[in-house]
Amino acid sequence: MIPTTHYLYLSLALFTIGIVGVLTRRNVIVMLMSIELILNAVNINLVAFSRAYGAVAGQVFAIFIITDAAAEAAVGLGIILAFFRNRETVLADEMDLLKW
Amino acid sequence: MTLPILLFFVFAGIAVGGALSLIFAREPIHSALALILVMVALAVLYLLMGAGFISAVQIIVYAGAIMVLFVFVIMLLNAGVENRTQHSIMARWLGIPLAVFLIGDLAYWMARGAHALPLAERSGSLAAGPVSTQDLSLHLFQSYLFPFEITSILILIAVLGAVVLARREP
Repeated sequence: MIPTTHYLYLSLALFTIGIVGVLTRRNVIVMLMSIELILNAVNINLVAFSRAYGAVAGQVFAIFIITDAAAEAAVGLGIILAFFRNRETVLADEMDLLKW
Repeated sequence: MTLPILLFFVFAGIAVGGALSLIFAREPIHSALALILVMVALAVLYLLMGAGFISAVQIIVYAGAIMVLFVFVIMLLNAGVENRTQHSIMARWLGIPLAVFLIGDLAYWMARGAHALPLAERSGSLAAGPVSTQDLSLHLFQSYLFPFEITSILILIAVLGAVVLARREP
């Protein structure tokens, strides 16, 4: 049987990689993908704790988070499409309309 | 080393490697393919945890629906190679130390809190056992029925929002 801490460390690694991706990449699509990575790390934690405690709630909320990720991806990509139509760019540092 | 542990390390390695290639790939489409790899590896890990339904949903919704959306948008926008910039001095000198600090700090507190996990679980024999899909569905449609319905409204709003945002102005 695999100890729960193994899963927690895996989740930790994916979370940190996701954070680094969001902070360092310039392409907004890749930033959104890094956010999906972070949500996945959360899901691993939920399912691992659900297994450790024999509690169903963890898996139920994992399903809610997957739904949430789907909604976030749809709206986020919609915003990127609308922005690209106006400014012809997907790079975060060129999105400076509100920058003084 | 038993088979589950071996499988865990193989697929955890694939997941971490895929995640690293996600953030290091210059082409967005390569990042998307790396993310699909991560999703599939995680689905196998969910199976190892006895969460069959989550594993199936992971493949169908994440690797299927969401990633198709990403790949579609990347191809639609024709997003090319992203070049590095040297604008941020702080990112250049503090980036790697701060990332190492973040992971070290989190790992330290996680190691300190590990004793709070259930006892049977740490010694290797899981007292509680995996949650069955039947249990999951009973809870989802009885105890958590209201949040479940709220979720469907959330999805509806997201669909409407995506259509309104992506619509071409008349």
